[in-house]
Amino acid sequence: MLDDKDRIFRNLYGQGDFGLEGARQRGAWDGTKAILEKGRDAIVNEVKASGQRGRGGAGFPTGLKWSFMPKQSDGRPHYLVINADESEPGTCKDREIMRHDPHLLVEGCLIASFAMGANAAYIYVRGEFIRERERLQAAVDQAYEAKLIGKNNVHGWDFDLVVHHGAGAYICGEETALLESLEGKKGQPRLKPPFPANMGLYGCPTTINNVETIAQVPDIMRRGAAWFSSLGRKNNTGTKLYCISGHVERPCNVEEVLGVPLRELLENHAGGVRGGWDNLLAVIPGGSSMPLVPASMCDDLQMDFDGLAAVKSALGTAAVIVMDKSTDIIRAMARISYFYKHESCGQCTPCREGMGWMWRVLTRMAEGRAHKKEIDMLFEVTKQIEGHTICAFGDGAAWPVQGLLRHFRPEIERRIDQYAANPHPEPVRVAAE
Amino acid sequence: MSVRRLAPAEVQPKEFSFTAENLAWAKQQIAKYPDGRQASAVIPLLWRAQEQAGGWTSQKAIEYVADLLGMAYIRVLEVATFYTMFLLAPVGRKAHVQVCGTTPCMLRGSEELFRVCRKRINHDPFHVSADGDFSWEEVECLGACVNAPMVLIGSDTYEDLTAETFEKVLDGIASGKPVKPGPQIDRQMSAPIGGATTLKTAKA
Repeated sequence: MLDDKDRIFRNLYGQGDFGLEGARQRGAWDGTKAILEKGRDAIVNEVKASGQRGRGGAGFPTGLKWSFMPKQSDGRPHYLVINADESEPGTCKDREIMRHDPHLLVEGCLIASFAMGANAAYIYVRGEFIRERERLQAAVDQAYEAKLIGKNNVHGWDFDLVVHHGAGAYICGEETALLESLEGKKGQPRLKPPFPANMGLYGCPTTINNVETIAQVPDIMRRGAAWFSSLGRKNNTGTKLYCISGHVERPCNVEEVLGVPLRELLENHAGGVRGGWDNLLAVIPGGSSMPLVPASMCDDLQMDFDGLAAVKSALGTAAVIVMDKSTDIIRAMARISYFYKHESCGQCTPCREGMGWMWRVLTRMAEGRAHKKEIDMLFEVTKQIEGHTICAFGDGAAWPVQGLLRHFRPEIERRIDQYAANPHPEPVRVAAE
Repeated sequence: MSVRRLAPAEVQPKEFSFTAENLAWAKQQIAKYPDGRQASAVIPLLWRAQEQAGGWTSQKAIEYVADLLGMAYIRVLEVATFYTMFLLAPVGRKAHVQVCGTTPCMLRGSEELFRVCRKRINHDPFHVSADGDFSWEEVECLGACVNAPMVLIGSDTYEDLTAETFEKVLDGIASGKPVKPGPQIDRQMSAPIGGATTLKTAKA
């Protein structure tokens, strides 16, 4: 188990003071000026050396992302934007950072902005996180008050931090949709290129990072890249907040080392699977967009980027949704499809039309009211959506359905047989009707 | 996505304007964004307008915010209809209950909560209860999955619910003595029930 001294989020459950005083006691804002004095390149190189990969889902190396920003400004300002639009079903980690340890985020914003030559940063908080936003704003106000940020602050780098919010659109977690929303428009993703590092917020160079990613930066800088990279394994370094929900005895958020075995994670912190390990049916390891992993592959599953890629899934946001054998797996996945139907922004046809189509077919399959040939048809449709949309939303909606078909096809067939074996007055219709 | 339209003309109010306090607040918000980028403040302003108007967004409120920001009405209408937290028809006077129905909550029994809503408030979502005090809707993941099932009422979340504790939450709002928000069982926020497994040696 990760040692308490190696934890970054030491007020995860709100047991201490979220404010400046408490944060300082936990080590925040310690030596920030000295960190900035190392210079832009040194900070970027340190973050690169730590091997930190983005904590928001895609797992892109943070230092590399930062290095895409222009070294010299061409007259346009640079911006840092923090993606706090945490809406991936199963994920509730950034919420804890914002309401219980917001100063780590504020400090991280200053360091990251300095490293990229940005004098302003925006934090885009999802609209439903109202209390969390108030907490974060209170922390930002404290930081202004103490001259830690703002004009002529003690760190010698003018820096403004604005807490912004959305109003209930999952798609605004996609970085270019987030920028559109921040500019006061509908949150519909932009075509790339141009990439945000050249043309982002207000047409200026912009980097978008996840809350957890940025909140880890001050500790990486204080304790050094060697410390961070000594946790976990190569390409999968550091600690991670795991959100364990669903059919476990004691659902919780917990910070663990990246690569912790799934079984250890569940049994050490969440009281294990309801009814024992053998009662496990499947887990969704990284938020609803990631394909599920059936119990048969869970015994030695390592919860990191490479470990989950090996079972054709992904770490995503490290939101572990556990399903025991009482779960109606087809209905559970149909509900996820409904989520994507509800949240599609409507810009690309394959997504706008495909989401509803997949949901309707899955809903019928959950009852068994379908033809077996539709299973292949459904798989084909997911392949038509995947990779044919402007943003990754289409992929994220197609993968969970593909995961279901890959691992639970016999269950779908069994249900269709069961339905067909009983007489029904209504004929079973085919998908296209 | 779904089609969302403004409420019919007969329920639309004749006018809308910010209170002096909200107007001052709005001007502060607008000043946070660079010159010429005041449109960025559209969501915060619409949200404040919705709060002021008792929980829903009318056509006049949309037009008022558009005028304030120098935006075309259609641009603000687009925003109000795109983002689902802007409710376009009147809601319950005391509370509009948003019940999370996405898979993590569903796995832990959100369907019981819907039964309570249907029985106690109205059979259909977005319809106000007989006494006019409550309305409800099913929403997508609200980001409190380890405290499932949960609801959002106004600005507060009520977590780790059962049908019984959910009824108590509603009773509290109906009687004007609301229960404490957050987990409705003995639990420190998102720590495991029975106490945290970590952070035992750290100073609080």
